[in-house]
Amino acid sequence: MSVAADILGLLKGEAQADRVVPRSGQAAKLTLAVSGAMAFLAVFALALSLAAGRLADRWSDALAQSSTIRLSAPAAEMEAQTWTVLTVLEQTPGVDSARALGDEEQRALLEPWFGPDLPIGDLPVPRLIEIIETPEGYDADGLRQRLAAEAPGAVLDDHTRWRRPLVDAADRLRLLGWLSLVLILGSTAAMITLAAQAALASNEQVIRVLRLVGARDSYIARAFVRRFTRRALTGAAVGALLGTVAVALLPSAAEEGAFLTGLGFRGAGWLWPLAIPVLAAVTAFWSTRIAAFRTLKGLR
Amino acid sequence: MIDMQDAAYGYGAEPILSGLNLRLAPGSFHFLTGPSGAGKTTLLKLCYAELVPTAGRISIFGEDAATLQRDAIALTRQRIGVVHQDCEFLDHLSVRENIALPLTVAGRDAAAQEANLNELIAWVGLAARADARPPELSGGERQRAALARAIIMDPDLILADEPTGNVDWDMSLRLLQLLTELNRMGKTVLIATHDLALIRAAKAQVQARVLRLSGGRLSAAAADL
Repeated sequence: MSVAADILGLLKGEAQADRVVPRSGQAAKLTLAVSGAMAFLAVFALALSLAAGRLADRWSDALAQSSTIRLSAPAAEMEAQTWTVLTVLEQTPGVDSARALGDEEQRALLEPWFGPDLPIGDLPVPRLIEIIETPEGYDADGLRQRLAAEAPGAVLDDHTRWRRPLVDAADRLRLLGWLSLVLILGSTAAMITLAAQAALASNEQVIRVLRLVGARDSYIARAFVRRFTRRALTGAAVGALLGTVAVALLPSAAEEGAFLTGLGFRGAGWLWPLAIPVLAAVTAFWSTRIAAFRTLKGLR
Repeated sequence: MIDMQDAAYGYGAEPILSGLNLRLAPGSFHFLTGPSGAGKTTLLKLCYAELVPTAGRISIFGEDAATLQRDAIALTRQRIGVVHQDCEFLDHLSVRENIALPLTVAGRDAAAQEANLNELIAWVGLAARADARPPELSGGERQRAALARAIIMDPDLILADEPTGNVDWDMSLRLLQLLTELNRMGKTVLIATHDLALIRAAKAQVQARVLRLSGGRLSAAAADL
């Protein structure tokens, strides 16, 4: 019997055929509980993965388009060197705009460490020059060479040094989230396979009677497949719903974009948990089908 | 219908049954007798492809039993009604649902055959017990329910393994009467039994051929049974 017939039977249901397999049994409860628990965990793995992805994208986007030049020079030469650097930047392809930060802006940056009354004019604080790149970006190595030649006190920081590990970490976290989902699905498949095998073993008399009256193995398998697929779907739907509610109850994302407070879903991302019961049902369908045919093949 | 040619069956090197030559013609009535453990049940299982001969050939409705695939076996079973001594049912279903089970598994609409089903249930005398669960039935009622289930698909062949083993004499005669009626309707019947009184009673009603299984061999029974 084809897979299509199994799926069709699953969708339209066969009330008479469904009754041939007894409803009760530990395997049924186990399937329901495992599917629910796994779906609950899957929602969190999904939320983690999506949040890590958003974080990686945000860090990449926010930092990739800007860089900073730190200019250290004697106070008397600071203005001239600043002008030189800005001139170099004006002539550099890939630089959209550049500007030197004012004293107030620099004081604001230092305020968290030195307090609000910092006499910035009296301190040898380097001048910061902010660069906004065009989407194509600039040649950082070429710019460094020009700066070294024309303004030796200028140091270009394109944020790569600390941006890349952060983005890498976020990407790795995203990957771990997806890997967790795959492991959850795999574990679900293994548990449902065991439950299906246990159900088939405990229903050996039912199988014997069904075969005696002329039931095909595909008919017997379908009865078990329908039962387990529906249970997995039901359990996973409840688990996914509870998981989604739990994620929704997490503290809302902070303005600063702190990771732990940004773990929920965003916008259309709330639709992702809907896929979990479907995935659980598909997993249950295949694992029960394979287990059923393998077991039936072993029974003469 | 069933044609055995030098068929044998065994679990190890030593066959339990050997040199089986048997032909069940359409509409014939057979008894299979012999001591307990002679292999009567095994021979019946060979007839409905529950077992495959280890030597020789068994043809079931023209098909070689050894080459029948699972689906083909299932279709063959829909043409053979089997009644066991320890008739097994699905205990979570009612007697009515159990009797209709062959229709259900064959994909036929049991509701559309409600009239036939009711008639059959009445014919085996279980109308009042149709909604009971199998564990609630007596031995005789179970045998009649098993017989009804065996014939609901209008099979060509009925195989009964000690159908009167767990019932009293009156019920044995009742079951025999049902089986002989089926034979008159054109069904082929093979009954495995060690109850010689039952065979004598049957011979008064139908022309039955009696076979004896002993020492793993099949032979015609003595005429003075």
